[in-house]
Amino acid sequence: MKRRDMLAAAGTGLAMLALVRPAFATTEEMAAAINSFTGGVKPTEDRVTFDIAQLIDNGNAVPVTIAVDSAMTAADHVSAIAIFNERNPQTDVAVFTLGPRAGKAQVSTRIRLATSQKLTAVARMSDGSYRSASVSVIVALAACIEGEAP
Amino acid sequence: MARALIHMPATAKRGEVIEIRALIGHPMETGYRPGADGKLIPRDIIRKFVCRYNGEQVFGAELHQAVSANPYISFFTIATETGTLEFTWEGDQGFAQTEKMNLTVGPA
Repeated sequence: MKRRDMLAAAGTGLAMLALVRPAFATTEEMAAAINSFTGGVKPTEDRVTFDIAQLIDNGNAVPVTIAVDSAMTAADHVSAIAIFNERNPQTDVAVFTLGPRAGKAQVSTRIRLATSQKLTAVARMSDGSYRSASVSVIVALAACIEGEAP
Repeated sequence: MARALIHMPATAKRGEVIEIRALIGHPMETGYRPGADGKLIPRDIIRKFVCRYNGEQVFGAELHQAVSANPYISFFTIATETGTLEFTWEGDQGFAQTEKMNLTVGPA
């Protein structure tokens, strides 16, 4: 076997290794996930407040609060709020269902972040429009690091 | 039975917006993590959370692996009438738990 063939074989092997590593979601996957949530409607970037620390010490439990500026009446309310991420193994984080009886369009929870990345919150309004807000965060200690296959 | 903690006021004025904070003990195993034997631990997460106010759904949530262990959710609702709030969590491996809280609504 020639040296060239050996190198080519090694290259293929490396590519295979790269493929079996845990798959992380990509920007395109996040865009696709948002698209399937909105049904193709492009969300406008206003009225949503995404409250999260810019620098996160521990990615295993990151407190997030999402508030939407809405009157929350039967005619005009937020019907759902979804959170998406870019670089976790899965793009979906959570989808919250609200209604006029919520009184206030605000939810808080704690999420996991695998690495420094961009997060997007999308709110579905009762009139069929979508609003969004995005934030970029830095994660010092990542969640899921023990998830890498041995 | 997992341990669940629900924080909400016991009494409220009619029309008042009250905050409800619900937390339940659950590992939220992602299915991406190898165990001591090197094999991946199967996924075990809570998929769904619903809050019903006198039988009517006021809040719901669909959870994925990216929600932290011991999922905590806080949300708001309008105090309309005296009654019971029912909290239901459902998840993998037949996980289901329901907690009830009473709310007394006084005149505004």
